[in-house]
Amino acid sequence: MSPGNYVALAVILFVIGAVGVLVRRNAMVIFMCVELMLNAVNLAFVAFARMHGQVDGQVVAFFVMVVAAAEVVVGLAILVAIFRTRRSASVDEANLLKY
Amino acid sequence: MVLAASTATSTTTAVVFWVLAIVSVAAALGMILAPRAVHCAVLLAVVMLSLAVLYATAGAPFLAAVQIIVYTGAVLMLFLFVIMIVGVSAADSLRETIRGQRLAAGLAAIGFLVLLSLIVGHAAIGPASGAQASYGAANVTKIATLIFTRYFFPFEVTSALLITAALGAMVLAHRERTSPKPTQRDLSALRVASGRPAPLTGPGTYARHNAVDFPALLPDGTPATLSVSPVIAQRPGAPEAVDEALREASGVLPPGPGGPGGPGGPGSRAHPDGEDASGNGQEGPRS
Repeated sequence: MSPGNYVALAVILFVIGAVGVLVRRNAMVIFMCVELMLNAVNLAFVAFARMHGQVDGQVVAFFVMVVAAAEVVVGLAILVAIFRTRRSASVDEANLLKY
Repeated sequence: MVLAASTATSTTTAVVFWVLAIVSVAAALGMILAPRAVHCAVLLAVVMLSLAVLYATAGAPFLAAVQIIVYTGAVLMLFLFVIMIVGVSAADSLRETIRGQRLAAGLAAIGFLVLLSLIVGHAAIGPASGAQASYGAANVTKIATLIFTRYFFPFEVTSALLITAALGAMVLAHRERTSPKPTQRDLSALRVASGRPAPLTGPGTYARHNAVDFPALLPDGTPATLSVSPVIAQRPGAPEAVDEALREASGVLPPGPGGPGGPGGPGSRAHPDGEDASGNGQEGPRS
């Protein structure tokens, strides 16, 4: 399989994740869409690593996974804290920073 | 010979790729369309597992394992935990709160797709390199060598990041106690004051079945409705279990030895569970 196909799939998944971030209201689902975008980038990294025959891209994808895990931990903790005070996970409700 | 082998495997890889590409794109689309967060999480798991298999076919077996362990195993379980905390039944309203947002998002997505496609199209993506040595069992060795030589400093910074994330999560999830922690003495006083010092009967005690939706039988043979969790009692089919227990209590089925007609005997004072219909009763003075 050509790496181009993998990169094309990565592009499609990334765009789907971006659309999810734009249209969804639930903060949890927005987080999941961000994870989808990170996964798509990882797929592109793996495809390029295969194209060049080196594993540097895989190492970078590995680091992306570590950062994504840390991001999920902190993000979900923030979500739980917001949910405790506002009893809602909707991003429309958390608007105090707007004004 | 190498060429023949590579074409044979490339057919398999192509089939796997196209199947998983369709599955993952469909699951990703379902993820942004499903109103419930739990469904989104499950569909995201499908995407991640598909990507893990794609990594394996693209010559990254180590990343495939890490993808399953870290993403599907840890990250998604964390998502599910938080979804359960926040409320599993809370469906996201798919109504537009900002007018024209969907349209704008769709246009932005199309533009973004075109932009990315042009970039990728210009990137001169060649065929897969012939360096197959780095794809087999040597993959892990090569990654380890790279991590501990060229990428050693980023790897160490990663540990600092992980510690910071763990501390941040602890600080953010920590809740300051606004009232003093109840001591064991307070708890026991509360328990006696609640009128039910003993714990509630479990479902199915002394009854014909020990299913969770089957109420326990009181000493006088009547079913104890509080022995069934209120969540289960609200589900369809639960009233039938209560009816069945009532039918048994009315003498259709003879109680067994040590059963409802045991030491208490019919006509004895009912267990306090029987009449108390206030609340679920499960929130005793336990912390």
